[in-house]
Amino acid sequence: MSRIRFTRRLPAAVAVAGLALAVAACGGESSTSSAGTTAAKADDLKPNADLSQQSLQVTVWDGYTPKELPEKVKEKLKVKDMKIALHATNEEAMQKLTASGDSGIDVAFVSGQYAQALNEQGLLEPIHAELIPNLANLYPEATQLSYDKGNKYSVPYTWGTTGICYRSDLAKTPVTSWNDLLKPPAWADKKVTMMTTERWLALPALKALGYSVNTDKDDEIAKAKELLLAAKPHLLGYDDTTFGEKLKSGEAAMVEAWDGWCPTSEKNVKFVVPKEGSDLWVDTMVIMKTSKNKEAAHALINYILDPEIHSWAAANINYKVPNKPAMEKVQVPEGSLLGIKPAELLNGESIIDLGQASTKYTRLSTEITAQS
Amino acid sequence: MKSEAKARPAPRPRGRRLGAFVFLSPGLTYLVVLLLAPLALVLSYGVFQRGRFGGVVYEFTTENFTRLIDPLYLGVVAGSLKIAGLTTLIALLVGYPTAYVIAQLPPKWKTIALVAVVLPFWTNFIIRVYAWIILLSGPGLVNSGLEALGLGPYELLYNQGAIVTGLLYSYLPLMVLPLYSAIERLDPQLREASANLGASGFTTFRKITLPLTVPGVLTGCLFVFVPSFGNFVIPEILGGNKSIMVGNLIRDQFLKARDWPFGATLTLALIAVLIVLLIAQAWAARRA
Repeated sequence: MSRIRFTRRLPAAVAVAGLALAVAACGGESSTSSAGTTAAKADDLKPNADLSQQSLQVTVWDGYTPKELPEKVKEKLKVKDMKIALHATNEEAMQKLTASGDSGIDVAFVSGQYAQALNEQGLLEPIHAELIPNLANLYPEATQLSYDKGNKYSVPYTWGTTGICYRSDLAKTPVTSWNDLLKPPAWADKKVTMMTTERWLALPALKALGYSVNTDKDDEIAKAKELLLAAKPHLLGYDDTTFGEKLKSGEAAMVEAWDGWCPTSEKNVKFVVPKEGSDLWVDTMVIMKTSKNKEAAHALINYILDPEIHSWAAANINYKVPNKPAMEKVQVPEGSLLGIKPAELLNGESIIDLGQASTKYTRLSTEITAQS
Repeated sequence: MKSEAKARPAPRPRGRRLGAFVFLSPGLTYLVVLLLAPLALVLSYGVFQRGRFGGVVYEFTTENFTRLIDPLYLGVVAGSLKIAGLTTLIALLVGYPTAYVIAQLPPKWKTIALVAVVLPFWTNFIIRVYAWIILLSGPGLVNSGLEALGLGPYELLYNQGAIVTGLLYSYLPLMVLPLYSAIERLDPQLREASANLGASGFTTFRKITLPLTVPGVLTGCLFVFVPSFGNFVIPEILGGNKSIMVGNLIRDQFLKARDWPFGATLTLALIAVLIVLLIAQAWAARRA
């Protein structure tokens, strides 16, 4: 997902961006100029490779995997070493992975549309299913994700959707539609937040109008813009990170939210996927073509797909995992979003990378937020 | 100066230059390596094309500069000028009397007052800005206080007023301190002379104090205007992202839109505005 997970640490994020600039410059030629659209050919991997000769470098969002994972991996898989680097956003991860020829990273966690883009550049190693027997743990639905049908180059780690998170004690009318957010009823007037990250800013309007979240048609985006501008005077604000807090404090009554971010553990907070439909986001694990430790990388993914490990994300950070035995291990509290069924999730439309057309969404979000 | 030079042994220009170089080099290295070089790098991106995942494709283009005059972005710049200008004006109106009064205090109270002015800086900036949410939000302290008096509730948060309030609160000390030092340095005899010659308090202020403290006023205005103009945290936290400023626009080009070249061009525009202001300030201060 292209969410900025730690906006509250923006100064740090900016410093990191500055560093990334410097690093990118040292790396010289941007790899995008050598774009190839054919997927890389699979290497010959040895199932019995000596993992103690291989070290793993992983990049992942902060707090997204168990803290003790490196120790456990070293102990169980007998790899020489495992190091974890953190990224705050997909954009930052993409920088690391594409800035120079060999990023030194073996396994990266990125969202589905970014995995798709990386694969289109020929930067990913195809997944050798025979080295990952635990792929059998995935829900059948998790092998049919539109950006990568059959998990050819990515393995899903978590998945979810976007919807409306609201205070049931303040709601005087039922919340069922994106229009409830865009044209809020009196009880929610000026108590609504929407997301500011481009694609999710547009999502409610596009879905309310019956368009695809991946549309690149100018007239459809223009109609969405009208709807979003009309909604603006009725909003409390745009918020990507603290909408859950605003809902809890009662500042907001209804917010656009990713399911895992809606504080449904609170008594009066409910989540609904609007009837017009929504998106399906997937955060995935990918193996870099440049990795020199591909056997260990596969072993790591296989290990993470172990229900014991994979259930951690559901039990601890409230993200649904596309792993059947893992989900069965987790106690799902009443009303928790962890209860959303995979088949329901699959109704959502995956956000895909739009390449050049993504600038239309950049412009749209500037036009919306700059309007006073 | 001349007599001083005579009294000392003749300086050895070479050694002195070497000494100056040694003392300057840490600062210079810092500036060149950590400020000028990265800045030059960022600015050079302005003439290239955006890469799909961010970064730049090294193919020359002037498109980023033609995009600058798009009314959409000019509007954002104008909005930022308005917000930063208003903040500076209020800071001056509040800061000048404050600095004036502090300068008249007895020495002991002076110190206490100055410490009080800089005290907020001891707390993290972000935390102080968040504190305003607790004060201004719909169910917040100010509104509940007003309600107890039978007033309100008012919409105090997530609008331009909240942005100005946040900026003013954050940068007011930067106005007070240079003003204080300008007023403090004034020779009190000048004011006494003015009074002796029959000028009223206000005339003395208008004709003596104010003109002599103009450099302090200009410095203070610059200190407040510059960080306000480029700020992106306060519009996000207190403005609810509803009116973006240049800083937000630049931040978003790098962190969200993956359009580094345009972000670089916007940065260049921002720096150009600030350089013009600096030159104007220097020019005005010299004339004052």
